[in-house]
Amino acid sequence: MTRITVSVDGVPYTDEVEPRTLLVHYLREVVGKVGTVVGCDTSNCGACTVHLDGRSVKSCNVLAVQADGHEVTTIEGLAVDGELHPMQAAFHENHALQCGYCTPGMIMQAVDLLTENPHPTEDEIRQGMEGNLCRCTGYHNIVKAVAAVAGSTSGEGSGAR
Amino acid sequence: MIPAAFDYVAPTSLEDALAALAQAGDDAKVMAGGQSLLPILRMRLGAPETVVDLGRIEALRGVRDGGDHLAIGAMTPYSDVVADPLVAEHAGLLARAVETVADPQIRHRGTIGGALVHADPAGDVGAPVLALDATLVVVGPGGERTVPAAEFFRNLFETAVGDGELLTEIRVPKHTGWGSAYEKFVRVSHQWSIVGVAAAVRVDGGSIAEAKVGLTNMGSTPMRATAVEQALVGKDDSGLADACAAAAEGTSPPSDLNGDADYRRHLATVLTRRAVRSAMQ
Repeated sequence: MTRITVSVDGVPYTDEVEPRTLLVHYLREVVGKVGTVVGCDTSNCGACTVHLDGRSVKSCNVLAVQADGHEVTTIEGLAVDGELHPMQAAFHENHALQCGYCTPGMIMQAVDLLTENPHPTEDEIRQGMEGNLCRCTGYHNIVKAVAAVAGSTSGEGSGAR
Repeated sequence: MIPAAFDYVAPTSLEDALAALAQAGDDAKVMAGGQSLLPILRMRLGAPETVVDLGRIEALRGVRDGGDHLAIGAMTPYSDVVADPLVAEHAGLLARAVETVADPQIRHRGTIGGALVHADPAGDVGAPVLALDATLVVVGPGGERTVPAAEFFRNLFETAVGDGELLTEIRVPKHTGWGSAYEKFVRVSHQWSIVGVAAAVRVDGGSIAEAKVGLTNMGSTPMRATAVEQALVGKDDSGLADACAAAAEGTSPPSDLNGDADYRRHLATVLTRRAVRSAMQ
């Protein structure tokens, strides 16, 4: 077992973990952040996306021990005092989810995308979200939601792909 | 899916990493960003006794100006390579290829050195490194040695980095003022290349003075399209198609569900023409 200290959504946690423990399992089963989900378990789908030191990562493809001494933000850490993050609100307003399973990862990646590129074109939004899969094929409204937060007018376009 | 149990070592210096590797012996695996390794461990295609994580060695990260070359730390994440102003100015081809690797999340974690040592023939980092005539710095118990990119890739998933050794730095000669493009052919987004072509050209007076072309997934290692490089010299836009016709010469592409070898040879020719044309602009 290895002792790690990780800040999760602003709260420090110190735990003993097996080195093989994946970050997503640590977040869900030890810290209790079940808002972050396991989707494909093969690092393809992006449902488990969280921020590690402010950058998006697939938490099924990071070991918990690699996060030792670092800061993790999950979907549960976005809202402040019960008020939705603008990206969460935009997903709600634009009906950017159907079954909702991909949503935590979509929102975390969308927030990262706008951090790196505050005013993306529609194509840049689609490229920037390429690591996140929605099997309800709800991409069109997801792109609309991201564009709405970016203040872009490019939300309408070529539809799902 | 959970990996088999392993011992974990996270050294903070190169010396400690080499010592950890020596101590762990044959069944140790080095982890860079872990973006290829962790899926392998999770699917239990590999089960090393010890994982040596290089992620805490700060000295292996970053891009610095080495005079006639750029010195890129092996542990520099893809996203840092793509965003680096020195890379943009002096080794644009590398940025064009690396920005096509996987997806943004993977590019935040995966490293340029990890990709090179993993040496997946469908990976996008080898071809530009080979085409730009980079030199790889390898450190082991016996000290440091340098390996030209042309001698670095040995076979599928096999490089000049031996047991107990580590790739520490990629030295890329400056190609300031060269045009560059990477053409990657995939069926769906964020996938491995079916074929990729990395092209850098130095244009003088509207025609090509010098050209460098690297191929992804046209054999068990990245390859140079040397016949094309020679044929391109002196050509302007009108002569590109003929010069690029030999792109698949000397290659031995795989046949798989994505396409057979002949299809890949055809793709290589088309993509080389596109990449060179785009690099000229």
